[in-house]
Amino acid sequence: MDTVFGVKYDGGVIIAADQGNARSILMYQKNLDKVVPLSSHSALGISGPNSDLVNFSEYVQKNIALYELSNDGMKLSTHAQANFMRGELAAALRRGPYQVNVLLGGYDAGAESSSLYFLDYMASLQKVNYGCQGYASSFCLSIMDRDWKEGLTEDEAIAIVEHCMKELQTRFLIAQPNFIIKVIDKDGVKVAKFGADPADT
Amino acid sequence: MARRYDSSTTTFSPEGRLHQVEYAIEAINNAGTCVGILAQDGIVMASEKRVTSGLLAPSKTSEKTYKLCDHAACTVAGLTADANILIDQARLRAGRYSYQYAEAIPVEQLVEHVCNYKQAYTQYGGLRPFGVAFLFAGYDPHHGFQLYQSDPSGNYSGWKATAIGANNQAGKSLLKTEYGAKPEGGDGDEEMKTDDDDAEEEIRVPDVAEALRLAVKVLSKTMDGTIPSPEKMELFTMTLDESGKECVQRTLTVEESKKVVEEVEAETAAAGDA
Repeated sequence: MDTVFGVKYDGGVIIAADQGNARSILMYQKNLDKVVPLSSHSALGISGPNSDLVNFSEYVQKNIALYELSNDGMKLSTHAQANFMRGELAAALRRGPYQVNVLLGGYDAGAESSSLYFLDYMASLQKVNYGCQGYASSFCLSIMDRDWKEGLTEDEAIAIVEHCMKELQTRFLIAQPNFIIKVIDKDGVKVAKFGADPADT
Repeated sequence: MARRYDSSTTTFSPEGRLHQVEYAIEAINNAGTCVGILAQDGIVMASEKRVTSGLLAPSKTSEKTYKLCDHAACTVAGLTADANILIDQARLRAGRYSYQYAEAIPVEQLVEHVCNYKQAYTQYGGLRPFGVAFLFAGYDPHHGFQLYQSDPSGNYSGWKATAIGANNQAGKSLLKTEYGAKPEGGDGDEEMKTDDDDAEEEIRVPDVAEALRLAVKVLSKTMDGTIPSPEKMELFTMTLDESGKECVQRTLTVEESKKVVEEVEAETAAAGDA
């Protein structure tokens, strides 16, 4: 079961996810990167069966790239990306749903602000200050409820994510030893930390 | 004569021309003039209304100016029936974009969509091109206020000021000298406008009020030299509201148009005396 977190702070947003890729009794991989960069200043933390995870994230990523190519480099805002994704999830829902639950984090240069969006496989869309997908929410939402406040710094936001990871490592039945943490701010999307190098193939 | 290449819309002539497209552009040169001017704080579009009969019922809708969405509008020169199809396309596109992205469509994308639609009629199907030219006015947060012109070929370009329809060459040449010129009272000191960079820096973008007066002046030139009565023209402005986020699209009332015409008449009289 995948774990995805997101925490918004002043000037950016953190997206973190576990790195396990498993099915049934098998662990296929322990260094999967489930935080996919969608554009220069947005990333999607995505959970679900690997097929849908890859299919949906690549589909959105390439559509966003096409938009920028077709429109002379104009960037889609995080809000527009989130609504585009919601539309795709909604259209697929009554045909063959994408079984993915995601957290989209992005930074918008024009508005000079960051935003975080929660979307689930039923095409719910909600702008939030922090969020979790998967079993993690049962353990971690309460921690975020207590720790999060307006005007956080990047370090404080990462501390919240690490607090949540520690709780999972203590109390969650399924062992998730590796997590990847990414920071999205005015300088783009960068990896803050990973448990296992996703490039190690 | 390249007559045998005239009929098919989708075939090049030996000289590399699409005659049907050129004939469509000719058709527009008989239509009521439209002038568009980009101002500091908005856009002005002035159109000549051709009233063909006194028996025509007064209409609430315009045959010249159309709202495409909250932040874009256009004026039309040419076949009104053709224009209606394209305006529907533009409105649909704007609506579908905001359905998909929950955001306003950037103006250039809207213009490009309409133009791509027009282009298809110059390449496929054996149907004639649309006999319409448009002036598109719009606002988006990416590029602010923008003015575009498009023609039956499906080409479009962005302008600071331009004119389409009858006598548009005369209108354009007047705009070239008057747009961004220093206000009256500086004559005699005005330098010749050349094509180098110095001339660019001297362009002073007018505000909406000044642009309205210039538009009326241009219309009067294209409408055979008489200052038109307010009934014969339609003055449209697009500006932002106090919040700076929402567009305000307005067609001036007859009283407001009259005022602008009077101001222009006063200006012309003063310049005549000087």
